[in-house]
Amino acid sequence: MNHNSTVRVDRSTCQGYGNCVMKAPDYFDLDDDGLVFLLRPGAEMNGHEQTGDVEPDDFVRVEEAVKSCPVDALSIDRTP
Amino acid sequence: MRPRGVVIVGTSVAGVKTAEALRSGGFEEPVVLIGAEDDLPYDKPALSKQVLLGTSTEAQNLLLSQEAADAAGIELRLGNAAVRLEVHEHFVELKDGARVGYDSLVIATGVRARPSPWGQPPGVHLVRTIADVRGLRRDVRSGGRLVVVGGSFIGSEVAAAANAQGMTVTVVDPAPVPMGRVLGAEIGEILSQLHPAHGVETIFGMGVSDVIIDPSVRTAAGHSGLTVHLDDGTLLPADAVVIGIGTIPNDEWLLGSGLVIDNGVVCDEFSRARGTTDVYAAGDVARWFHPRHQESVRVEHWTTAVEHAQNVAHNISHPDDLRPFSPVEYIWSDQYDWKIQMTGRTGAVDYRVLRDDGRQDRFAVLYSTDGVTFSGAMTANWPKLLLACRRAVGTGVTINELEASLGTTQRRPRLPSMTS
Repeated sequence: MNHNSTVRVDRSTCQGYGNCVMKAPDYFDLDDDGLVFLLRPGAEMNGHEQTGDVEPDDFVRVEEAVKSCPVDALSIDRTP
Repeated sequence: MRPRGVVIVGTSVAGVKTAEALRSGGFEEPVVLIGAEDDLPYDKPALSKQVLLGTSTEAQNLLLSQEAADAAGIELRLGNAAVRLEVHEHFVELKDGARVGYDSLVIATGVRARPSPWGQPPGVHLVRTIADVRGLRRDVRSGGRLVVVGGSFIGSEVAAAANAQGMTVTVVDPAPVPMGRVLGAEIGEILSQLHPAHGVETIFGMGVSDVIIDPSVRTAAGHSGLTVHLDDGTLLPADAVVIGIGTIPNDEWLLGSGLVIDNGVVCDEFSRARGTTDVYAAGDVARWFHPRHQESVRVEHWTTAVEHAQNVAHNISHPDDLRPFSPVEYIWSDQYDWKIQMTGRTGAVDYRVLRDDGRQDRFAVLYSTDGVTFSGAMTANWPKLLLACRRAVGTGVTINELEASLGTTQRRPRLPSMTS
């Protein structure tokens, strides 16, 4: 897999469905209000968005988590 | 010989996610997605919620745009239903007569709304497709009285969305407590109370005998008025009627194929149609042997369809490393300002109620189907707790252990009318 992937969560879209946490509990969790947040060290919060790095070995798993969101609150980019 | 690749019949979530998962996993042979509807693939959960409310647009609700399909190398053949399958000759025949050959076939034709037993004159709506919701939305925006026949999740969501847009709504259901079968009588009754707490009338424990056109009335939407006849003779005048009385698997097109059809396409634990190695079924139309439940199940849940798609894509791409499909059930429903979530198997012989002292609109119900082992949960407005329960399904934890680990218990949750 390529390097330098980032995952982004949009807490204003999140509905607390939790599918991402089931798929990748080392990347995502829900807070007490039921909104997603990133567990990655150094993940930056910018307004209602949070971004963090994805380890190359984790890409497929995190991408499955992203695609399992019913409201597209998550996205993942792979920079070549 | 040139590979014919994977042909997927059905463009709802199971079909689209199978195509995407194949590509994500590096599958390089052709992928063809065949759909009966003319519309680009769209998602269904929001139709009875945000799309009907108008807080989400049809464009936001697309599952796959033409551009995304092109970029991923997924061939879309829309507006052309599959009508016949030849498993020995490996082709699917479409409505227009075209034959599409496959190396692997994925059946993802889903379910359709059970039709109205009283016909469907203008103003009478089913709620399954985007076309259904376009018609219903016109009537909802015209206002007036809406009668919803069926008080399960879909009917309740439509009632909430129409109520929020100013309609006068009545929900009718022959069951005294429509959600009681799934959640138990006490918890089902609490959910029933959500309707009157928001100004929606409920008539439960009462069947509908007919829906009749009243040509003497012209609705704001421009069609004749309707009258809903109840079993006790009551007449409910309506500008629109929604029929939400269940679903039927779209499996009739396979009846001559030799596949085993029994209220869905019968599959093994690897999502393969029984007796085949190259025909798979995913999503609502699939009836498969669930390893953890040790029985054949058919599940109409969005999340299960996504996981099913990932399982099918893996098994097509890895014939030497087949994975069994053993998902944990999960479903949600947004009604009024409530977020209802369920996981595992509920409505069982024993249950416990948990409360959050800080949030009066929150509660959780833990269920056990055998009286000992935790089997499933329902939560109201408590996503984090639902997540903990979802992780516990299938682990063998007892309901007592889970209850102790999750916190304090209170016998009775508060009614929604007392919390607003």
